[in-house]
Amino acid sequence: MYVHDAFDRTFLQERVAEFRDQVARRLSGALTEEEFKPLRLMNGVYLQLHAYMLRVCIPYGTLNSTQLKALARVARRYDRGYGHFTTRQNIQFNWIKLAELPDAMAELAEVGIHGIQTSGNCIRNTTTDAFAGAARDEIEDPRLYAEVIRQWSTLHPEFTYLPRKFKIAITAAKHDRAATRVHDVGLRLRQRDGHTGFEVMVGGGLGRTPFIGQTIRDFLPKEDLLSYLEAILRTYNLGGRRDNIYKARVKIQVHEMGPEAFAEKVEAEWQAIRDGALRLDETAISAIADRFVNPDLPPLADHPPELTAALAEPAFARWHANSVAPHKAAGHAIVTLSLKPVGGPPGDCTADQMDAIADLADRYAYGEIRVAHEQNLVFPHVRQKDLPALWKALDAIGVATPNVGLVTDIISCPGLDYCSLANTRSIPIAQKLTERFADDARIADIGRLHVNISGCINACGHHHIGHIGILGVEKKDEEFFQITLGGKGNSKARLGELIGPAIPESEIVDAVERLVETYLELRTSPQETFIAAVERLGIEPFKERAYAPR
Amino acid sequence: MTSPLQRKLKIAGPTAITANRLADGVVVWLTAGGGWSLSIGEATVATTAEEVQRLLAIAQSDENTAVGAYAARVALTPEGHAIPVNLRERIRVGGPTITPAASPARAA
Repeated sequence: MYVHDAFDRTFLQERVAEFRDQVARRLSGALTEEEFKPLRLMNGVYLQLHAYMLRVCIPYGTLNSTQLKALARVARRYDRGYGHFTTRQNIQFNWIKLAELPDAMAELAEVGIHGIQTSGNCIRNTTTDAFAGAARDEIEDPRLYAEVIRQWSTLHPEFTYLPRKFKIAITAAKHDRAATRVHDVGLRLRQRDGHTGFEVMVGGGLGRTPFIGQTIRDFLPKEDLLSYLEAILRTYNLGGRRDNIYKARVKIQVHEMGPEAFAEKVEAEWQAIRDGALRLDETAISAIADRFVNPDLPPLADHPPELTAALAEPAFARWHANSVAPHKAAGHAIVTLSLKPVGGPPGDCTADQMDAIADLADRYAYGEIRVAHEQNLVFPHVRQKDLPALWKALDAIGVATPNVGLVTDIISCPGLDYCSLANTRSIPIAQKLTERFADDARIADIGRLHVNISGCINACGHHHIGHIGILGVEKKDEEFFQITLGGKGNSKARLGELIGPAIPESEIVDAVERLVETYLELRTSPQETFIAAVERLGIEPFKERAYAPR
Repeated sequence: MTSPLQRKLKIAGPTAITANRLADGVVVWLTAGGGWSLSIGEATVATTAEEVQRLLAIAQSDENTAVGAYAARVALTPEGHAIPVNLRERIRVGGPTITPAASPARAA
């Protein structure tokens, strides 16, 4: 965990006081809505269908138990007892009153969290691998660089009014768990000749016009990270379109210019600034690294007897198979807490669950929690011998559904039940799918399969990179859903392919089930995953079955 | 000269003006008296672009009470009360169609 210093604490307190004054002036009529709206958005406050929504930034998805308990308090005191974890590792509260927002923010500021950089045309919260600092396949903890980016980007005066929002994701692992190729900038840590640096990708993104990010620099030395990002942002800020909101993201600029021409502009700008104040020397990096307090993991052996004995129990073994990942430290494991119960809204977590999870984190996970972009939570450091007891405790509070990475681990936007932009609902589709695929043995047999659902073209549910993507469209006041197949968000990211006309709401669950059944029939073996089968066969055999009358 | 807003307005039936209450974002409906009601049944209903335009102007002049006013298609009950016709307005009137995660919430 990064520990804030006095500067950060003072800054947040002053920010809350400033927002309290702005809210008071709005409520008194001293500020017009036109004047107030950009101010609330800069603090993560949206106005949705039924109420104000507060989006709280969780920097690079890392929380400690004290912060999670603060989120639980806000959910209980100011909202309706729950929050919704998002695909950008943030949390949203759906029912907050404007007049109470400053009090809620003050409580969050006490523990170092806030809503800054969760809205508006600025550099948003940098996201990363939920397994960072624990993953066996990473070369270095990427959160250090995410924090470097946070300190550079927060309230950056030159980049507060960009053409559109700007999202950065960073990974340091072989397996990309941060979807870096579908961000405005994706950074992948690499090592070359003993030096750490980054592959830099730009122009990725989903939404109305999806693109996979293009690599514009194969290896950027780490000391040049901020100057190069500054050069990218300047290139975008000057050349990005401001005439059309739908063409204002950097992905459009990169697409229209071509990645080579974009890279040339970035390089030219970078040459002018690379040896200036933004150069990161070892002292600067160490100063930030020193403020990270990481758990002191004791030396332990893998496969302790407690774990071996528990694996004889089928229910535990099933959970262990998909919810527990290898840790870089022997005798430890990474545990994913599923926020995808059968019939539940994906990503929702009650205040009681948050409190219980915080307590369990203190007891079993060195007090640390992560938010995964798949809308689950993660305990990054758990002793393997504690896994059986932890599983029982997680199961008791409903966050041990053994479906992580499986067909019911659905990413879903809030959809029309909450969102003022949505065309259709998303959550009810996810709920029906989890009910259709409620059998644990069945979904284990189906294996890895990502279903992503968006309620509109803005694609907050990342439907383009779902193995099965579902996009809601409205036709004459009725909900219909398009299906895409073959998308994926990892290091070999690709966009799903539309399989045909939109399907009525009443038929979408059946259609998805037919796609799954087709896979089960056509796979060469249980080892061939759904996405591998789609890549081998193409969409045609799936398309025929999806539209076949039952 | 027709304003851009007027050009955009295509009124094809009964229409009410709705917005969100400034203080808490709750859905409200413009009433015949120029005030706001929590009940769509108390909304004043217009059927011509001219009338809708006039009501929108009233609504937008009161943004210290309600914000984001817009015209919403409605249907009428036999008694003449407005009811929502599309899913979006049905959800705004009736709340989310899902049961949120169950945790003890504060007293309303």
